[in-house]
Amino acid sequence: MSTQSGQPGTIFSPALAARFDKLVTLYPVKRSALVPMLLYAQDEVGYLSDPVIAEVAQRIGITELDVRNVISYYSLLRTKPAGKYNVQVCTNISCMLRGGNEILEHCKKKLGIPNKGVTPDGLFSLEEVECIGACSWAPAAQVNYDFHENLTPEKIDGVLAGYKAANRGTGK
Amino acid sequence: MATISTHPDCVPVVSYRFGKGATAIDKYLELDGYKSARKALELGPDGIIGEMKASNLRGRGGAGFPTGLKWSFVPKQAPRPKYVLVNGDESEPGTCKDRLIFEHDPHSVIEGVIIAGLAIQAKMGFIYLRGEYRYLLKIMEKAVEDAYAKGFLGKNIFGSGIDFDIVTQTGAGAYEVGEESALMESLEGKRGVPRIRPPFPAVVGLYGGPTIINNAETIATVPHIFRIGGAEYAKLGTERNGGTRLFCLSGHLQRPGVYELPMGYNLKRMIYEVGGGIRDGKKLKAVVPGGSSTPVLLPEEIDIGMDFDQVGKAGSMLGSGGVVVLDETVCIVEFALRTMKFYQHESCGWCIPCREGTDWLKKSLTRLHAGGAVDKDIDNIRYLAENMLGRTFCPLGDAAAMPTLGFVKKFRKEFEDHLEGRGCPYHKAREEETALV
Repeated sequence: MSTQSGQPGTIFSPALAARFDKLVTLYPVKRSALVPMLLYAQDEVGYLSDPVIAEVAQRIGITELDVRNVISYYSLLRTKPAGKYNVQVCTNISCMLRGGNEILEHCKKKLGIPNKGVTPDGLFSLEEVECIGACSWAPAAQVNYDFHENLTPEKIDGVLAGYKAANRGTGK
Repeated sequence: MATISTHPDCVPVVSYRFGKGATAIDKYLELDGYKSARKALELGPDGIIGEMKASNLRGRGGAGFPTGLKWSFVPKQAPRPKYVLVNGDESEPGTCKDRLIFEHDPHSVIEGVIIAGLAIQAKMGFIYLRGEYRYLLKIMEKAVEDAYAKGFLGKNIFGSGIDFDIVTQTGAGAYEVGEESALMESLEGKRGVPRIRPPFPAVVGLYGGPTIINNAETIATVPHIFRIGGAEYAKLGTERNGGTRLFCLSGHLQRPGVYELPMGYNLKRMIYEVGGGIRDGKKLKAVVPGGSSTPVLLPEEIDIGMDFDQVGKAGSMLGSGGVVVLDETVCIVEFALRTMKFYQHESCGWCIPCREGTDWLKKSLTRLHAGGAVDKDIDNIRYLAENMLGRTFCPLGDAAAMPTLGFVKKFRKEFEDHLEGRGCPYHKAREEETALV
């Protein structure tokens, strides 16, 4: 399998393949591109599937086992699909003091899924996460990479409704 | 968009350009941007380090090591390339300050890296952001691109004949990577497992080369030191604790927020004046003064100046500047448990005292909170924590043990109230906790 961009064999979009070609040249050693590459791949594919891992390993020049070894260390990297909108509710100390647990419980009820669950339509997934760096604006949650702060149950309802509407807007 | 909070006592140094559109390079230049790098070029390595030492700046990541001294440890002659590394892996619970810097003043970080690079004659710098701060990567990448376009980065920076490159990237979710040697492992594309020291990063760091690694706030402060002068900067703070810092006020306050205040600012005043006091007319119960890893302070212990030495004398640490305020409705056992759940989740498992210790502490605290513990368990918790201290490669083990010891010591009565099936007097235990009893 060739992994040169523009050639058959890459499972990534031409833009991402080109980005990866550049990424490995930025660092004194190629392997430094591994973590950023995995994140970008996950953003595009949705999760780190076996073909993704195989191609990343080949691009970096390490074994698939090496790649998996790194993936298992980082909490943002996943080898199973999440929902299109991954709702990550912080319940760490600053959020806990201002109702983070209640926000998490509310999301469980609202979405009808447990922690780490995915809705049957694949639209939402829910995760209880550690501190996301929004302590002074707690309680907070992240949906994919977007921050939502100073939350109340009503406010998170609005946030979820907004993503639902945005999804309908994309015509999917 | 996160914003900085203000109070009449605030002294904007690092936050001088916040909210002024300084993400645009022209605006940054208008607000004295990149003048400090030019000044540093004239001063040369020894001059830069001298100015840094005069500023009494101490590391804003948590340990409070004098920055100028840290830079001076880098050998002049080295067999491998030297590097500057910015630790923007802000993950200490209670801390949300670096985010504001990257969002509002990305060029101050770049300029700080350039100056640090000139100080140790490095040719390359890395800015490492935590994975959760993905939106900031776009801001940083744009800023770096603009700096290249102006000739402030790349070949022959500022026409000086010196080359300097910067690469920005994010991590992928790991508290431990905020530890310096784990961060270097992560940047080398590996699991963020800490390295044994010595050798210290100043001698053998990233890719085996001498490396300066500083917290994002520390680096962003550097250009301001050259803007106002090291001695002037030092005067803003207290003895051996120069300048100002961003304090992140969170928890049960009327006005939580990130405020820039002088080093040594009184903690009591910070809570009651700057933060507006406890919300809903409740009483103060406890304060975690510097992020989740710092030992708790009681209401009678908070009449202290917030600098590294004074908070240390009070039996805690200034840490990362995350001031978490707890009112009388908080169950300390539940709070200790939540803290330990975090450290258990984040322990990489490399050192046994940390891996096993955090797991056992989590289990013990869970059982205690749900009412299934006996008297002896409280001493067991203390004993476990004591035996983690100083027995791990990186400070994560200490970070888990220190607050636990503080909670047990200062709130023993509250631990005892949970014993013998009584359960939590404050809250119902969460479902998954009672399942363990």
